[in-house]
Formats: sequence, C-alpha cells, structure tokens
Amino acid sequence: MLAKRIIPCLDIKDGQTVKGINFVGIKAVGDPVELGALYAEQGADELVFLDITATHEGRKTFVELVKRIAREINIPFTVGGGISELKDADALLSAGADKVSINSSAVRNPKLIDDMALNFGTQFVVVAIDAKNYDGHWTVTVNGGRIPTEKELFSWAKEAENRGAGEILFTSMDHDGTKNGFANAELARMADMLKIPIIASGGAGNMDHFVDVFTKGKADAGLAASIFHYKEIAIPDLKQFLHMKNIPVRL
Amino acid sequence: MGRIKEGLMLAIIKYNAGNIESVNNALMRLGVKAEVTDDHAKIKAADKVIFPGVGEASTTMAYLKKHKLDDLIRSLKQPVLGICLGQQLMCSYSEEGDVACLGIFDEKVKRFKPAPGQEYITKVPHMGWNSIHDVNSAIMSPDIEGEFVYFVHSYYVEVGEHTAATCNYINPFSAALHKDNFYATQFHPEKSQRVGARILENFLKI
Repeated sequence: MLAKRIIPCLDIKDGQTVKGINFVGIKAVGDPVELGALYAEQGADELVFLDITATHEGRKTFVELVKRIAREINIPFTVGGGISELKDADALLSAGADKVSINSSAVRNPKLIDDMALNFGTQFVVVAIDAKNYDGHWTVTVNGGRIPTEKELFSWAKEAENRGAGEILFTSMDHDGTKNGFANAELARMADMLKIPIIASGGAGNMDHFVDVFTKGKADAGLAASIFHYKEIAIPDLKQFLHMKNIPVRL
Repeated sequence: MGRIKEGLMLAIIKYNAGNIESVNNALMRLGVKAEVTDDHAKIKAADKVIFPGVGEASTTMAYLKKHKLDDLIRSLKQPVLGICLGQQLMCSYSEEGDVACLGIFDEKVKRFKPAPGQEYITKVPHMGWNSIHDVNSAIMSPDIEGEFVYFVHSYYVEVGEHTAATCNYINPFSAALHKDNFYATQFHPEKSQRVGARILENFLKI
C-alpha cells in the first residue's frame, strides 16, 4: 500500500538550517546535510530544503549545497527558493535535486509551471502555495506570507494542476507556527478537487495532528520543521504512532 | 553473498534522460565508481551496465535508435540493470507515445487508469513509498520481501513471465523484472535508502 509520507522541511539561510515562527525571528539550527542525513536515517520519507531568504533578497539559490545533499542523502528531496526562471530549476535538477518547488515566481508568472512541466516533466514540479484566510477568503500570499495577492487559494491550486504541477505543497499561514494542527478543512477541500498529491504544511504540534491531516485533511504527505528540529517529535515515534492508528506508513 | 569485486568496471548509459547523476551518487556511496558514457566500446567492455532514466518513452526511444544504443543494449551479455524508464524501455511496447521498445522483456507498458470516480483518491503519478512482494531474482533477494521502495511513475509494466517483484497501486504491476542477464526495477533503488542500497549491492555482486 502506498505510504503516507512524513517530510521534514529544512529552511536554509547562508547554507545553514533555520526555522522561525511564522517565518520571522530566525534562529540557526544546524548543517543541512548532516541534519538531512539524520532524518533520512530516522525514517523521513522525503526532505524539503527551502532557501527561505532567496525570494526576499533576490538571492540566487544554493547549487553547491544541493550537490552535497545529492551525494550524501539516499532519499528523495525537493529544493525551492529563488527559482524564477527555467535555468534556475535546471541548475538545481542537474545538481541532483529530485524535484523543485516554485512559489512566488509561479504566482507572478504562472507560465513558469507550464514551461517547467514541459521541459522536465510534471513529476519534477512542486507548486508551493502559501495562503491566509482574510475574512473568509483564502488568499494566496507571496514573499513568505508577507504580501497578499489577487489569487484565491483553491482556484490557484486547480490552475497549477492544469498547468502541469506534479504536487501541491500547501502552507496555511494562519496555522504555520501555531502548533495547533493543520488546516484540515481546506486540505480536504483541495484533495477533493485535485488529481495530484498534496503535501500539507503548517501547524503540526503533536502526533495526533498528523493522524488528522491524513484522515480529516486527506493529505498525501505531512510536512513540518520546528517540531522535528527541536526534537519535540522523533520521526520513529511518529511513524510507530501512525502505524498504530492504521495510517499506512513506511516503518 | 560475496563482496563487490575490486576494480569493477561499471558503465551508466548516457542518453537524453534525467536523473542519471543520482544513480552515480548512490554507487559512490557504495564505494563504486562508474562512468557515465554513450561510447559503445566502453559500454560493451564494462563488467556491468546500468540503464537509468526519467523521461518520456517515445522521445527517448527515438534518441536511443538515432545513436544505435537500442541494438547495443539488446546485444549486451554482462549484467544490465534498467531503472524506472529504463525498465519500461526494456519492454516490448509502451502506451506512452505509442512506441515499440527494446523488446528484451515481452511485457507491455500501460498507463495507470484510476477507476471512474477514484481519480481524486488514487492519484497518478504513483508517487512515494510502496511495498514490494513476490521477490525472486538475484537482485531482489528474499530479505527485501515486503519492504518499501520509492516510486514515481504514471506508466507501469504489467505482471508477466519476467516479473521479479510485484507492487500494487490501482492494479498489480511489475516492480521488478528479470530475464537472463537483464534486470530492471520500476522504483528508484538510488532513492530507496537502505533497501535500495541493498538492491544495488546485490546487482554489483552478481
């Protein structure tokens, strides 16, 4: 049976992993390659490395780090941050990334999704969507949740799928950093609309939240950062817990 | 099983497909150096050959033909390992681009078709970790029965005479194939952690 995936996300700044509450107030945690290898050993199913400052500061991404990750890590990994044109994605895939995720650049230039899908294949293209509920309207935000856009969450997710996204990584900016659980109602609504896998992000605080995201939220994968980085939840314990709750996982 | 032979000459076939370096990285983690090449003489002379790849079937078949790699691959006598698209191209026919493939295995390649109404539940591509069963080849050793490996694919090889492991997603399909000196996996051993490393190691030890 296809397993539900647990994905630690490593936010990268200057080659180091960081995690901030709601993406502000960053605190260094460690070496991305070392931490990634540790998570892989513990049973993480995939890893995501996001160069979180890339879009904000226009920084070019971290090709050399990706090469090191590809050499050392034996599970699939996605990289994102600062990918605004085809050649950025090409450099990261050539460096050994299994998938690339695009976020703000896809909102500004949706055709980038089509171009990437056509050139590399849909399975390489993860469209990350950060959204926030403004008075009942789920609005897509860019630049790490700082700027609301004109796009509505669900129609944008559907458009991304139609343009050739292979997966959607949905982060609720209302849930991110709260540790009160994932945006399960919105996730489930999205799952019923899309034929591609959905990675849920934002709000994980305890192991029950993962049970909920896979059942109520109908997500294919659950992503989290700080709870893993600060050792609040150990991945082997989480996998065992999900297994006991009859969620299919790779042990 | 024995050790990996010292000084093993390993060729990874270079063609217009993605993800070839990942295989090379996985081999390096096992302490083996491979050459990524499309040089016919080097491929023929290698102790073992890996035919990896991620891409579209008809365009890659056209490329293989143009560079006469199709006849070369069919004629190889040393152990050959096809991975993902590599496995599909080693079959007789693929629905992807409606194309005749290498014909090493008689099995056909079909597209996953979720049952009506199931498209939002059983999604295509089949992406992620799934368990493999009925393992039976030199590389699909008994110790990996039931283990999880990493898949990413929208087309699958039907179960047939040469099936060396099965997996189930929407319908049963061939997770691995074997015939004579030809081995193949639909999943990515290079991305399948310790289980994948074990399979690659098995191949290197044949």
